[in-house]
Amino acid sequence: MSDDQILADLTEIFRETFLRDDLELKPELTAADVEGWDSFKHIEIIMAVEERFSIKMSTRELDNLRSVGDLLGLIRAKSPSAG
Amino acid sequence: MGHATPLAWLPPVEDWRGRLGTLRSSQPPNIDDAIALANTRIDFIRTNALDQVVRAQWPTMPAGLGTASVRLAILGSATMAHLLPAIRVAGLRRSIWIDSYEGEYGQYLQELADPESGLHAFKPSAILFAFDAHHLCAGLTVGASAADADAALTEIRRRVEECWRIARATFGCVILQQAVLPVHPAMIGGNEHRLPGSRAAFVPRLNAMLRDLADAEGAEIVGLDARAALDGLAAWHDPALWHRSKQDVTPAAAPFYGELVARLLAAKQGRSFKALVLDLDNTIWGGVIGDDGLEGIVLGQGSASGEGFLAVQDYAREQGRRGVILAVCSKNDEANALEAFEKHPEMLLKRGDIACFMANWDDKATNIRRIAQQLNIGLDSLVFLDDNPFERNLVRQELPMVAVPEVPDDPALVAGMLADAGYFEALGITDEDRERGVQYQGNLAREALKETATDIESYLRGLDMRLTWRPFDRIGLARTVQLINKTNQFNLTTRRYTEVDVQAVMDDPNAVGLQLRLLDRFGDNGIIAIVIGRKLRDTVDFLVDTWLMSCRVLGRQVEESTLNILAAEAQRLGAERMLGDYIPTKKNGMVRKHYEKLGFATIEETPDGGSRAALDLRRFVPFSTFTTIERV
Repeated sequence: MSDDQILADLTEIFRETFLRDDLELKPELTAADVEGWDSFKHIEIIMAVEERFSIKMSTRELDNLRSVGDLLGLIRAKSPSAG
Repeated sequence: MGHATPLAWLPPVEDWRGRLGTLRSSQPPNIDDAIALANTRIDFIRTNALDQVVRAQWPTMPAGLGTASVRLAILGSATMAHLLPAIRVAGLRRSIWIDSYEGEYGQYLQELADPESGLHAFKPSAILFAFDAHHLCAGLTVGASAADADAALTEIRRRVEECWRIARATFGCVILQQAVLPVHPAMIGGNEHRLPGSRAAFVPRLNAMLRDLADAEGAEIVGLDARAALDGLAAWHDPALWHRSKQDVTPAAAPFYGELVARLLAAKQGRSFKALVLDLDNTIWGGVIGDDGLEGIVLGQGSASGEGFLAVQDYAREQGRRGVILAVCSKNDEANALEAFEKHPEMLLKRGDIACFMANWDDKATNIRRIAQQLNIGLDSLVFLDDNPFERNLVRQELPMVAVPEVPDDPALVAGMLADAGYFEALGITDEDRERGVQYQGNLAREALKETATDIESYLRGLDMRLTWRPFDRIGLARTVQLINKTNQFNLTTRRYTEVDVQAVMDDPNAVGLQLRLLDRFGDNGIIAIVIGRKLRDTVDFLVDTWLMSCRVLGRQVEESTLNILAAEAQRLGAERMLGDYIPTKKNGMVRKHYEKLGFATIEETPDGGSRAALDLRRFVPFSTFTTIERV
């Protein structure tokens, strides 16, 4: 799965979670940049990502997430179709 | 984390984004749109989104819900905030407006005791107590003696009782108590119960104690432990999330959690569903009684699906015995349907179990209205079980207040689905409940009922129906022969033909053999009708030899569309008049007026009730229908 495809899927998830159709994701985006991205929303996003990409992220991996780019990299590394 | 258990009985949502966007931007918004969205199969993210939109559009309770609102406080030992939106949406699903309050995490005793607390300011009409296993097992270690464990249990009982007592004395409110999720890993295994200090062994004791106390004190149990046993603990609890955010219940399970809570709140208002309306063919037995006959339907020991249908009947009968009213709504000749109840040896359900028996050829929305009238209960008390997606969607559209669950293909799974849906949530069972089925049976007068108009047309228009047809061919031969030999009810002449006979039609230039397929936005209904006709030698007459149709597609203007096709074919052969015969049998009474309904004039009648009708093709104007006709 390409980074562009992952980013497109992530954008879908973020838009649905934050009810914002105009939300654009960039790798450098962090929770501080998005209104309402608190710890609860963070868990929602993680669960939706795990469901969408059929992956499971460990507590340690989650602790190291800082930005959308980190999340994208983690998905790329764990995604079964990454090849 | 494990997969959450979806709200599988609710239909999947179409155009979620668009509909939520409409709800969000409408001024003024319509609460019915919100209720409709709540009644689709939504996960926790969509549930949260819907709640957010609803709360933005209606800061306070909207008018016209027709139910009492609930002020629900949650006092818990763990994080509960992530469950509140789902509880509110589950209330909305039942037209119940829920305002909620989450007590300070872990501070439930102070909240209860302090008159200045947020809880007192909120003035709850219901309180949900939710204690997690870590909290209740604190202090218990594996070395504890049986006496220590018993003392711990007694102490917890005293504390819970004290909470309930204060809550009731202060607020006079409804008390809900969440059962404890068994999150602790075992220490020894199968004989865990022999280790009194084991937390894994202690939690089931806690839950038994809570149920006992609830019975004594009149509290209601939110049965999370039973759900975890059904769904697997992983569907409800994620240890990693517990460590991350002190969420005892995973957010993914929030929609189901909301259901469990809202069902109890609805039951407290007497708003549980009261009646189960059953379709017959392929719902409580396999096959079509009118076509397959008593010997042909699949029911009972000897086949897996026959036993599966027995399980459906058993569940319905047991629900009937504890007070749920049972009714039948089936497209069938009443005599055929009743015959199964009266004569089929494997039937568990008997005619006497059914308070209202509607078997006829009217549309199901009309019949369900009649059932509600006859039983004298609200349409919003009815659950309608039907294997046919067309009927389900028709009733959902015409009567949105009727609960219409999805139905699994495998009858073995139907009872579990009904139970999961929780329509018949009850607080307790009275002697009156046990007698109810009998009462309804006794009181029912079989009075004629006023016809009620339903807007079937707009439903049909929205179906995007396509009727595709082609002459008989080798590919369809087996299916054509099967339909010719199997169809009993919608069959004008009931002539049975072999493959050789059908091939003769294919080879005859003056004959027309049509196979028709109906598609709509819910899918492909398959080959649903067969027509054979022939232009008679040296005349301008075209005689319809065979016209048969699957009863599944009744009421969808297939007859009219078929005649449009057939008339064009007859005209192509130079015919000026179409003749159609009706030959009566024990099974085909429903098509006695078939040709009259299509504008034919009766020109001959036979003593046995048969007839021949004629249509002037020179003056025939094709019917206008909501169906696109295509030759393929």
